[in-house]
Parts: sequence; structure tokens; C-alpha cells
Amino acid sequence: MYRYDDRDRAIISDRVAQYRGQTERYLAGELSEEQFLPLRLQNGLYIQRLAPMLRIAVPYGLLNSTQLRRLARISRDYDKGYAHFTTRQNLQFNWPQLEDVPDILAELAEVEMHSVQTSGNCIRNTTSDPYAGIARDEIADPRPYCELIRQWSTFHPEFAFLPRKFKIAVSGSEQDRAAIRLHDIGVQIVQRGEQIGFQVLVGGGQGRTPVIAEQIREFLPEEDLLSYLEAIVRVYNQLGRRDNKYKARIKILVKALGAEEFGRRVEREWEQIKDGVDRLTPEALAWAKGFFTEPAYQAFDGTASDAALQAQAESDKAFSRWLERNSFPHRVPGYRAIKLSTKPTGVPPGDVTDRQLEAIADLADEFSFGEARVTHDQNAVLADVQQDRLLELWQAARKHGFATPNIGTLTDMICCPGGDYCSLANAKSIPVAEAIQRKFDDLDYLYDLGDLNLNISGCMNACGHHHVGHIGILGVDKKGEEFYQVQLGGSSSENASLAKVLGPSFSRAEVPEVIGKILDIYVSQRQPEELFIDTYNRIGLQPFKESVYAKAS
Amino acid sequence: MPKPANSPQPENPAQVIIDGAVIENAWRLLPQADDDVEITADSLAPGNVILPYKLWRSLRDDLAERAHEIGVWLDSDESAELLGEDAKSLPLIAVHFPAFADGRGFSTGRLLRERYGFEGELRAVGAFMRDQLTYLRRCGFNAYAYEGQQPLAGLLESLRDFSDSYQAALDQPLPLFRRRGLA
Repeated sequence: MYRYDDRDRAIISDRVAQYRGQTERYLAGELSEEQFLPLRLQNGLYIQRLAPMLRIAVPYGLLNSTQLRRLARISRDYDKGYAHFTTRQNLQFNWPQLEDVPDILAELAEVEMHSVQTSGNCIRNTTSDPYAGIARDEIADPRPYCELIRQWSTFHPEFAFLPRKFKIAVSGSEQDRAAIRLHDIGVQIVQRGEQIGFQVLVGGGQGRTPVIAEQIREFLPEEDLLSYLEAIVRVYNQLGRRDNKYKARIKILVKALGAEEFGRRVEREWEQIKDGVDRLTPEALAWAKGFFTEPAYQAFDGTASDAALQAQAESDKAFSRWLERNSFPHRVPGYRAIKLSTKPTGVPPGDVTDRQLEAIADLADEFSFGEARVTHDQNAVLADVQQDRLLELWQAARKHGFATPNIGTLTDMICCPGGDYCSLANAKSIPVAEAIQRKFDDLDYLYDLGDLNLNISGCMNACGHHHVGHIGILGVDKKGEEFYQVQLGGSSSENASLAKVLGPSFSRAEVPEVIGKILDIYVSQRQPEELFIDTYNRIGLQPFKESVYAKAS
Repeated sequence: MPKPANSPQPENPAQVIIDGAVIENAWRLLPQADDDVEITADSLAPGNVILPYKLWRSLRDDLAERAHEIGVWLDSDESAELLGEDAKSLPLIAVHFPAFADGRGFSTGRLLRERYGFEGELRAVGAFMRDQLTYLRRCGFNAYAYEGQQPLAGLLESLRDFSDSYQAALDQPLPLFRRRGLA
């Protein structure tokens, strides 16, 4: 992974000092609430319903065991002993004291971490594929490019006060596990002959007005990545709307101009700067890639290793289930990637205790070269585990509550903090997630349903990604009461689609029942091997609607 | 898009920061005027004056002899491109930040310097914050007509909140990836 040198350390330590000064000025009354707001936001500090919330940047989700242990310690010393994995592969603390934040930042800086630009109208944490570097279908490892983007965007002097927040994601494989089509800029690595480059998409996003990104460039040479991003953000900074925060994202500008015209303006700007100093040199590219080289894999006979694992699985059904749902193929024979589930029933999705953070650190050290990854579906990945040690890992993960074998199933939900914590929410989301997990707790049934993304947001800001859930649930306010709208057919994959509203909303108590009726229609109508989303795409909304809203006879 | 009648206008503070020092403000900035208020080259008092862009455009020929004491200010929706090659001949350009959250002026400043070769005084005016001074400086601003709390001397340290930076900008010709001493 990327390691700081003295210059990175100097920049982050300057930042800690700067923020300490800002906090002191605020506490001394020299800065008003209004003046302090953008300063604390650019530092990831929100004031929530019950307490401040501090969002820590985890660049493209990558953490080492030292960082995990430090995060655990911070959660213990400054918070209530737990933390939360976010959909931007970041980590949040829910109960820090505002006065303590400078000290927390100083502790983070010691392990090469920070909370820079995790909120506010600036360029946010760049996200990527949790299986970067190990996926079999990967064209090139996206992490070196993510790191170059991280550095370019960190304290960018021109782009710290954009019309609205700005999110970039990079995918290294055609199968999109980074939801790049739902980002302000989606960068898809492509290969032309020997040359690596990027397909560039702009204008995707969720929130109140969900939009799927459109291509503005089919092939951008590797060395031009930063200058092209600079051109896009410069055009947006100058032309994006600033009169209405709900129309200020780049997606609205791209829609207003049309992707073609927006792309023309970007190209015109880029022409002026493409031969400048931002062009990546071969040395810089090699340097960035040098941080993401292969760990010291052992040589295994893949066929023999697969057979041995198969035999273990056959003798233990619970292990076999876990293996089937929670592991992911690795490009190196004899290895697999493992997803640790943070979604056992009754725990808010994405929440981990201080002990669990330490357990992830221990497991990473023991089984996966000391590194782990936060995923956009709020779980954690150990990317490089020997197959002959999976049984051992499974037993250890079970002990720490991470081995719920539900990855990719109905109960592996993406869920925002909702009305329990968030001041923007119209409705609670965590109790809805729990009610659904309780109703559908039969593993055989969940496996029979197969891959199914259910996403829950407590309001139209869509932090729980309800627009791109195969089933999406949106909390709405109906005359002061919490209701839930159900949507079907969304996807954040390379075949991205936006979910459609099923019909009138439901009370919280009704939601699990409604989900049950939707699943019954799928089960009765599916063809062999057909996933929920495929059945939906074939039969459409109507059969689901008829069943859910049928009058009781 | 027509501006609301009460759109914020830059003020004329008594002191400004120029090149890292607090000095008396030697320029008078004229606000944007309603169309029915007629300002002509003859009615303009002598001395250094900063005109709103549209007024400057209509009077520039009549003011040719006073060019050394005529500056221009651009509002946040007026791009560097409007001045273009004319920028080089101006002694002072001011860029307005009607609200600190309106970051268009950062691009405007940078483009005036990098694309249009402006070398005169580049002055930030309006509601920018102390904590934006480093960013403003990096985008090419060397003068700041700060409207917030005084004294200005307390602000000077915020011009140098960071000892290094990742990006190239006006204060640093090379991005960090070109300065790490890579083989």
C-alpha cells in the first residue's frame, strides 16, 4: 500500500496544526457557527442529532493492521467503543467531542491517516474495487491511479469550494464493483493494444435526482489522467449551478448542456493544459505502481489446492456455506479473498466494535499480509488468504462475529444511519434492516434467493443507495409519520439502472411483509439460474405491484 | 441570469494585505451600478480606481490616458476569458467572492495568471475567509482586501498554512510527483 514520505507527513501535520487553530478560534468565539461550518466539514466533522460525527478517510478502502489498531484505540479513548464503515469505504466515529478532534487527527497522522475532504463541497475520497489487484478479470490495478488522484485532489487550491461535493471512482475491470456509473466522474481502466488508458464517464450520482453517468471520452492515455480530471473539475467549478444546492451537482450541469457539449468544453479546456506539468511521467507512474506490488505469495498447485478445499467444504456444511457466499476467487492459484460480514442480525450494518477492529488487524496480520479493505457495501475484505488456511480463518472470524455467511444476499444490506443518528433523515433505517433480517433468517431460503441487493435510505439524499438496490427502500415523511417507499430494479453494476417506485408507501411494520410478497413473485416466476434482477428485467414491475397491492379477498 | 438587485458588492477596507504586508488601501473600488446611474470618463474622480467589468468595457477607450490608474473587478460569474489578452495591460485585477463558498474566483485567478499572462496586482475582494488565504495565494492572488475582523496582521500567518503541496500552482511550478527525486 502507499506509504508516506517526509513530504506527505509534513502536509498532514500542517493540516493538524491548521485545524487545531481553527477549532481554538471557534471555541474562543472568534469564528461564528457559519464560518466554522465549512472548515469542520472539509475535515469530516458533522454535527448530528445526538453528537458530532467524524468521518475518517480510508483511501480507496485500504487499511493496514497498524491503522486498524489505532482506529480501535481512538474509538475506545474518544468514542463509545465502536465505529462505522461507510459506503465511500471510509470509517466514521459517531460520538467524538468537538474539542477532541484535533487530538484525534494528531493520532491519525501518526499512522498516516487523516479526515481531509471527507465532507464539504470538495473532491472526496476516491473509491475503487475492494478486490483491486487480485481480481481475475482485472485489466490493471486501479490503486496506483487512485493514489495519484488522492494526492492531486488533496488541498487542491482551485477546487476546495466547488458548487457541491464531488466523487470519483475507478474500476480496473469491466465488471464494475466500484459503482463508477453513479459517480461525478467514473474512470474505467481500458487497454488498447499495449497501452493502458481510461474511459471517462461524467455526471452520475444518487441523491434526489439519480442519474447514470455518460461517457465523454472513450480512451484517455494513462499519462493524461490528472490533467483531464483538472479540466473536468475546472469546467464544473466555473459553470456548475450555485443558486440551488439541489441542482448544484455536476450531473445537473451535464444534463443541462448535454454530455456531448459538456465533453466538448472539457476537451477545449484540456487542450490548453494537457502538455503541462500535470502530465504523468513514466517515473511517476512507475513510482505509484511500486506501492502496489504483489505480496510474497507462496507457489501452490491450484488444482490440488482447490481439491483440498473442496474436500474440507464437503465435510462441513457451515464452512461450505461461508465459503460459497463470503469468498471471492483470486488470480493467484491457491489463494482466495474473504469478505468479513458486518451484517449479523441485530447489528446496524457497517458497525464494528473496537475489539472487532483489532480482530480484523489480527486476522490481517495472521492471514493476509497485514492489510484489509473497507468495501462500499460496508463490509471488510482480507484479500490474500491461502486456501489451505481458510478453515482456520473461518473459525477465527466466527469467534469475532464476522462469519455470518450472508454476503451478497438479502440480509447483506447497505443501510444509512437513518433517523437514529442523522439530522437529515425522514425516517429510521436501522430498525427496518433489523426487521428484515429477523423475518428472513433462514439461510437455505436466502441462498435459494441468491444474489440480491437490498438498500435502505432514511431520506431522499440516498446515502443508503436505495436507487441502485435490486430492492430499494426509502424512508419518507407522511404528515409527521415515518413511511417507506419500495423500489425495484436498481443496479450499480456495469449494467447500471435506477430502481422504479412500486407504488404508495408502507408503514414500518408492513415492510417485511411487503418484501416477502415481492420475493414470492420472484420465486414463482423465475426461470432456472435466473437472479432476482434478471427476473425483474424480464417481467417488469407489474406482477410485483399486483401482488403487493392486491386487495385482501 | 439577471442578478438580484441586492447582490453583494465588494467593500473598500482601509487596509489591505499586499505581498505579505499590511498597507493602506490605495485603490477605490466602484460597485456595480444600476443601469440608470450614468458614470462617464469625465465624471470619474482622479486617482486609482477599480471599475466593475461592464463599466470598464464601456469606458476603456475614453480612459486610455489614465490606464495606469484604472483597474477592473470581475464578479464571480465573470470569467477570466472575458478579459483575455486585455488582462496583460491592466495594473490591477480584482476578483469578487460574493460568499466564501463561491469558489469560482479560484479558477478565475489561476487562469488570469497562467493563461492570460497577467502579472499585475491580483486582488481578492469580498467575503472570502482567512482560512482560504493559502488557496488564494496558490491560485495567484497577491493582494487581499479582507472584510472580516481586524487587525489584518493576525491573518498573515494563514498565508502559509502549508509548507508543501501536492499540486503545481502559482507558488510551485511542479507537482509533487515531479519533485520526489524519482529515478
